[in-house]
Amino acid sequence: MADYQGKFLPRPGPETESWWEHCRAHRLMLQRCSGCGQHQFYPRVVCASCGGGQLEWQPSAGQGSVQTYTICRLPVAEAYAADVPYVVALVRLDEGPVMMCNVIGCDPDSVAVGMPVEVVFEDRTDEISMPQFRPRQAGDA
Amino acid sequence: MESLRGKAAIVGVAETEVGKITHLGATALCVDAAKRALDDAGLAKDDIDGLVTCNSMTEPYMYHAEAVAEYLQIFPRYCISANAGGGTTFSSIQHAATAIATGVCKTVLVCLADRLRSGLTREQAKKMQSSTGHPQFETPYGATVPAYYALIARAHMHAYGTTSEQMAAVAVSGRQHAARNPSAQMREPITVDDVLASRMIADPLHLLDCSLVSDGGAAIIMTSAERASDFPHPPVYLLGCGEGHSHEHISQARSLTTSAAVESGRRAYRMAGLGPRDVDVAQLYDCFTPVVLIELEDLGFCAKGEAGAFVADMETAPGGSLPLNTHGGMLSHCHPGNPGAMYLLTEAVTQLRGQAGERQVDGAEVALAHAQGGIMSSHATLILGRESG
Repeated sequence: MADYQGKFLPRPGPETESWWEHCRAHRLMLQRCSGCGQHQFYPRVVCASCGGGQLEWQPSAGQGSVQTYTICRLPVAEAYAADVPYVVALVRLDEGPVMMCNVIGCDPDSVAVGMPVEVVFEDRTDEISMPQFRPRQAGDA
Repeated sequence: MESLRGKAAIVGVAETEVGKITHLGATALCVDAAKRALDDAGLAKDDIDGLVTCNSMTEPYMYHAEAVAEYLQIFPRYCISANAGGGTTFSSIQHAATAIATGVCKTVLVCLADRLRSGLTREQAKKMQSSTGHPQFETPYGATVPAYYALIARAHMHAYGTTSEQMAAVAVSGRQHAARNPSAQMREPITVDDVLASRMIADPLHLLDCSLVSDGGAAIIMTSAERASDFPHPPVYLLGCGEGHSHEHISQARSLTTSAAVESGRRAYRMAGLGPRDVDVAQLYDCFTPVVLIELEDLGFCAKGEAGAFVADMETAPGGSLPLNTHGGMLSHCHPGNPGAMYLLTEAVTQLRGQAGERQVDGAEVALAHAQGGIMSSHATLILGRESG
């Protein structure tokens, strides 16, 4: 997955810009509500759990497990054709929130529901680094 | 909302040709559907004072319903372009019935059409793919539409032991119905093995687990129950309707295996004063086979996790205990995008009128139709009957 030319790129908005800046520095951040203590993703201006407005950035440990996945045998666009077959998955972080990702760095057929994974960053452009997940490496916590 | 029960009735239904249509654009196809529905109801265009449409992907307008009204040169007092993906059709029926019951208007035309098979430009096709999913947090990962639904399929398999064979049975059952419907696009019988042998698109979904891509349009005309007996065909009454909305993006779903069809179904049943056992024929949104399994469970036809076995036993096939998608569904009849669910509704009405020919379900008195849009996001359930209450 070295050639990212033509792949869909996120366009950060005013309230998500800082999250993407952390990604650029290869840090996965979550919002935590000062009121109820819940973590959330994606970044919002309200707590989706209690409706509170006091949200602080906290680093995620970047560890989670595959909640569900699929293996794309057809690419969504030409720019993804070289990656076929590629995995699209939902990963539940240990802190609670769920993120979509590709599970990379392994044989797609080895991916399974419940597989422990950890975040890695894919530098698509100078501005955009996408959080991705790979199987948790031996020795990791 | 209880007040809507038996207040409005469908007095006109029509479908255009479906499949590949090259002689009409999407707007003309929409108007063709409208004209056919007017003829079915014995109405003139000026009898319409409410109009509901849904934007087309191939011929989009900024304000689609206004454009269709202009094309027809009608001047409605109620005019709305609805937009909730595949669920649009049935939410719009709730809107239409509400407008009629509250006296906002008397006779509503709901008409939808699109040409996803032959009308999309390369740019439009690309835009369609890239606009599915959250633009920042999902789309960049390159999931296709089948892939989004495959995430749900995999979760259901993991939670309940549902198998690929059971999902394939949904397609087999639908095709058996389609074989009896001359207007269905795909009528050749298929087997579970055929589905499993078809090309893998996004594990665990094979090509034959995925609905068709079609051109087509359909329309219905709804009026008040008081006026409903003055039309050429027997009226079909709206007995219950309900919506449920749980998310837009699948990564934000409350649950991957239980949908807001639970809420939409419960609301519709409560309004109708009926339950799943009262339903003689069901028309459930079948863009992908696992969707039908979740709908069967969430609408109370099966316990959670048991729909796979129910369908594999061919309970939904012709002659089964719950004839389902008797026109062939989106898997075998047609699927032109947002209008796709309209055929679930026109088929439900055709069955309740007793006009379904070879595929008629004997003694069909109550039909349930359900549509969902997005990725199991917006749900709308309708319960229709031959009697007003």
